[in-house]
Amino acid sequence: MSEAIRLRDVTLSHDRHPAVHHISGEFAPGSLTAIVGPNGAGKTTLLRAIAGLHPVDEGRIERPARIALLPQMTALDRSFPISCLDVAMLGHWRRCGAFGAIAPAGRAQAEAALEAVGLGGLARRPVGSLSAGQFQRLLFARLLVQDAPVILLDEPFNAVDARTAADLLRLVREWHGQGRTVVAVLHDLELVRREFPETLLLARDPVAWCGTEEALAASNRLRARMMSEGWDEAAAACGRAA
Amino acid sequence: MLYDLLIGPFAEFGFLRRALVGCLALSVAAPPLGVFLVLRRMSLTADVLAHGILPGVAAGFILAGLSVTAMSVGGLVAGLLVTLGAGAISRATGGREDSALAALYLVALALGVTMVSASAGSVELTHLLFGSVLGVDDPALLMMAGVATLTLLALSLAWRPLVLECFDPSFAAAEGARGGAWHLLFMALVVLNVLAAFQALGTMMAVGLMMLPAVAARHWARSVGGMAYASSGIAILASAAGILVSYHLDVPTGPAVVLSAGAVWAASVLAGPVDGVLARSLRRRHLAG
Repeated sequence: MSEAIRLRDVTLSHDRHPAVHHISGEFAPGSLTAIVGPNGAGKTTLLRAIAGLHPVDEGRIERPARIALLPQMTALDRSFPISCLDVAMLGHWRRCGAFGAIAPAGRAQAEAALEAVGLGGLARRPVGSLSAGQFQRLLFARLLVQDAPVILLDEPFNAVDARTAADLLRLVREWHGQGRTVVAVLHDLELVRREFPETLLLARDPVAWCGTEEALAASNRLRARMMSEGWDEAAAACGRAA
Repeated sequence: MLYDLLIGPFAEFGFLRRALVGCLALSVAAPPLGVFLVLRRMSLTADVLAHGILPGVAAGFILAGLSVTAMSVGGLVAGLLVTLGAGAISRATGGREDSALAALYLVALALGVTMVSASAGSVELTHLLFGSVLGVDDPALLMMAGVATLTLLALSLAWRPLVLECFDPSFAAAEGARGGAWHLLFMALVVLNVLAAFQALGTMMAVGLMMLPAVAARHWARSVGGMAYASSGIAILASAAGILVSYHLDVPTGPAVVLSAGAVWAASVLAGPVDGVLARSLRRRHLAG
């Protein structure tokens, strides 16, 4: 059910300063890839660009039409007056749009998704009453309802306890087993080594994009740290042809 | 006794009935918009718009006198210019939109007052700034009712995208929900409602009936829909109470309506069941699970 995401010499920038610099490669259909790298390495920007939320400065991103993105939790207002069931049902947006009705089957699907992430009894609860971990479970329920062939996760296990992380990781494994393409921004290298076959090590420039063991070799990690040193005010325009 | 206090004035005086009908029309439509403004952390935007429309209203007034149509068209143009202008300035300069809005509305307010003062007396200026609930004429009444109808219709159609755009704009963008277009429609509705309210309450207090009930509603409901109903209910209550208070105590009607809404807000902060001061300080025993 999957399609590939291809990056062709992609550069993404904030205010002309590149956040992701000349990256090419492919997330193969059905692959399970971790994106790791120091803070400010452009991981979130790359994910947002693949989801179509960040303009592509140069180059091209070929992507399938249906992509689901899990944003960083801090990007959302967790006190918003909306019920858990309603958030899960937002996952139906592509099918029902602004005006279409949500059939009883769709509603049942959302309830099943809440059940699957361990929020079974909380459908009517406002999201304001959830803990950080429960809120992340809720966003995973929305991903389940979206049922997209490509799933992008931005720091999915931040600020959640070990049990929640384990439960959510089980879902990621299931998605991988179903042949979906999954890309996750992560910080925990142990976790990446254990669960993710492929890794993209990013430090503005791609440092390595291959099997996890090779990508996370000490030499690559050292190179990533050297390259991540900041924002050059006086940087000249990049000479590399696009 | 109770009849004399609550019903009598309306039964006796046509102008009070008209004022009540006008305020009720404002009360059903404007406060739900206020709820969305609160949720978007744009509580002050309506205030900005109410001042921003003044030069347009003044231009209409100069060209056609106290004509509802001319002043409304002028106000609509000015209001949309301020909204779009602030967005454009903040995008072009990388500044924050709220500071651009503040700058624009201060200029607009001063410009409007200057324009009216230069071409008319202080009576007209007072009318534009503070409105006259008791002087609502047929065209103004029709405009309020028309705007209320349009707003309720638009809200019921655009409810889902508006809530989505408030809660998770990134998701809306990724799913192709065209959040920007909905937001523009929403801002146009806000401008229309401010214009309708301004006929009765004047530019200074036009947003009182929109924002105070919306802010108060937060203490009565835990869902967007519940807050919208609560805000309308509060606004209706405040309208009736304000008109009666103004009649019995002989105080100006516009401020009395807004003060009534303010009183309900204060009561909600104190005694509202959701996050009210009282509800928080009452130490009820925790539940078993």
